[in-house]
Amino acid sequence: MAKLSKADVEHVAGLAKLDLTETEINKFLPQLSQILEHVGELGKVDTTDLAPTSQTTGLTNVFREDEVKPSSIDLDGALSGTDNTFNGYFKVEAILTERTDK
Amino acid sequence: MNTKLIPIIGMEIHIEPNTKSKMFCACPQDHFGKAPNTQVCPICLGLPGALPFANYEGIAKTVKLGLALGSKISEFSKFYRKNYFYPDLPKGFQTSQLDSPFCVGGSLNGFAINHIHLEEDAGKLVHETIDGKKCSLVDFNRSGCALIELVTEPVFHDIPSVISFVKELQLVARYIDISGADMEKGSMRLEANISLSEEEKVKSGELPNYKVELKNINSFKFLEKAVSAEIKRQTEAIERGEVLVQETRGYDEVKQSTFSQRSKADAHDYRYFPEADLPPIELTKSQIANIKSQIPELPESKRKRFEEEYKLSKDFADILVSEKARSDYFEEAVKLGQGSSPSAKTVADLMINKKLDEQFPEPAGLVKKIVELTKVEYASTEEVENAVKSVLIENEKAVADYKGGNGNVIGFLIGMTQKKLQGKGSSQIVREKLLEGIQK
Repeated sequence: MAKLSKADVEHVAGLAKLDLTETEINKFLPQLSQILEHVGELGKVDTTDLAPTSQTTGLTNVFREDEVKPSSIDLDGALSGTDNTFNGYFKVEAILTERTDK
Repeated sequence: MNTKLIPIIGMEIHIEPNTKSKMFCACPQDHFGKAPNTQVCPICLGLPGALPFANYEGIAKTVKLGLALGSKISEFSKFYRKNYFYPDLPKGFQTSQLDSPFCVGGSLNGFAINHIHLEEDAGKLVHETIDGKKCSLVDFNRSGCALIELVTEPVFHDIPSVISFVKELQLVARYIDISGADMEKGSMRLEANISLSEEEKVKSGELPNYKVELKNINSFKFLEKAVSAEIKRQTEAIERGEVLVQETRGYDEVKQSTFSQRSKADAHDYRYFPEADLPPIELTKSQIANIKSQIPELPESKRKRFEEEYKLSKDFADILVSEKARSDYFEEAVKLGQGSSPSAKTVADLMINKKLDEQFPEPAGLVKKIVELTKVEYASTEEVENAVKSVLIENEKAVADYKGGNGNVIGFLIGMTQKKLQGKGSSQIVREKLLEGIQK
């Protein structure tokens, strides 16, 4: 298993929208490497005769009828987790109102 | 630059199917014009612990589109999580597909389709200035709605082909009743991937190392303008010797030019992985056959049939077929009118040029009107000739009398002919034809 670089940690932090300090990056670099190494142990298992799977339940074709049912959440319930609302909408900071090519 | 540059265009087309409920929860699928955040539940709001549950209708409608376009239907499919952050995506991932989309390949208007997959829609963002501060408002009514995505191969080299492809796809979606595919309501949305290359390279199948994605195209007019503005921009950049980069651009209607929204520097890393909350799907042959049996005659073959069976012009066939209900109305009217004279051409003409189908909601009403109209119209020359022929044979004595000098007999013969024509003969033509017949 290739060792992680500082750039890898910065990239992963970026994807998770985390701002890490230099100290934090240096702290997490060996920890993340260790986790990868540990998971990498799985690579030692011989899987030649095993079919790949993406789940453990063995279920297939679990479908729902195409029916509308009342929701357990109304508008007030939907908005109850935030104070940032406006006329029934969730309100967030402006997105894409500034061009990124400036 | 001496070598000719050719545009290479691939399309990504999103269609919201007309299911009753969303893709993974029981909230309503139809969100157009509904009060914000009134059609939401823990699943489509992405609340912790909520378990998605796949709507079979959404899958069936995706497969139906694939079957209509000649795609290969995957016997084994699964959903994936496509991870990214955006305020309209409450779970932090979009449930989509990756290596096993429901439909693979296929074509329309002779243009190759890469695949058709099923995913969920995101919420809707409204950009507002509130109390002098710019902000974005989020409505999750659309979050989790079923969304079919069709991806073409990069096979278009001109704008008219792109537009006729998209229009035909819209028509097919309506014919097979999977969606209203209404651009104004957002139930059909377009994205174009555009790059330019030299003619020789295009011929050898070599693709450029970049493509520019044009997003959020919401009308055919807009599509034409945005794509041609982008082709112009790329042509000029290449002529200046610039190297074009992979990026996402939007179209500014006022400036009639495209602008960068996202460049390669922050290109997406979606970290797709299989959605373990949704078991994989194995469609049986009988399920696929059942879906296939619900596909009606498609526009392309209907146009051909209208031209051949009803001897309609290509224009007339195009117009009638461009609305399924209208083409059904036409066929019903022709069927009802059989025996009572109006030809298919007359029906088509009165529908298209006189818009009589708008006046009569039922085809039977139109046929009645046509019969009324045609009553005052005269029988065709051929019909008159046939009637005259038999009248002359049946009334040998009268003919002999006429030839013998009794000119008044012609009145009797005209009457007999009109009787055969149910009064629809033009007296002038009947007289002419009778005289011709007698002289023979």
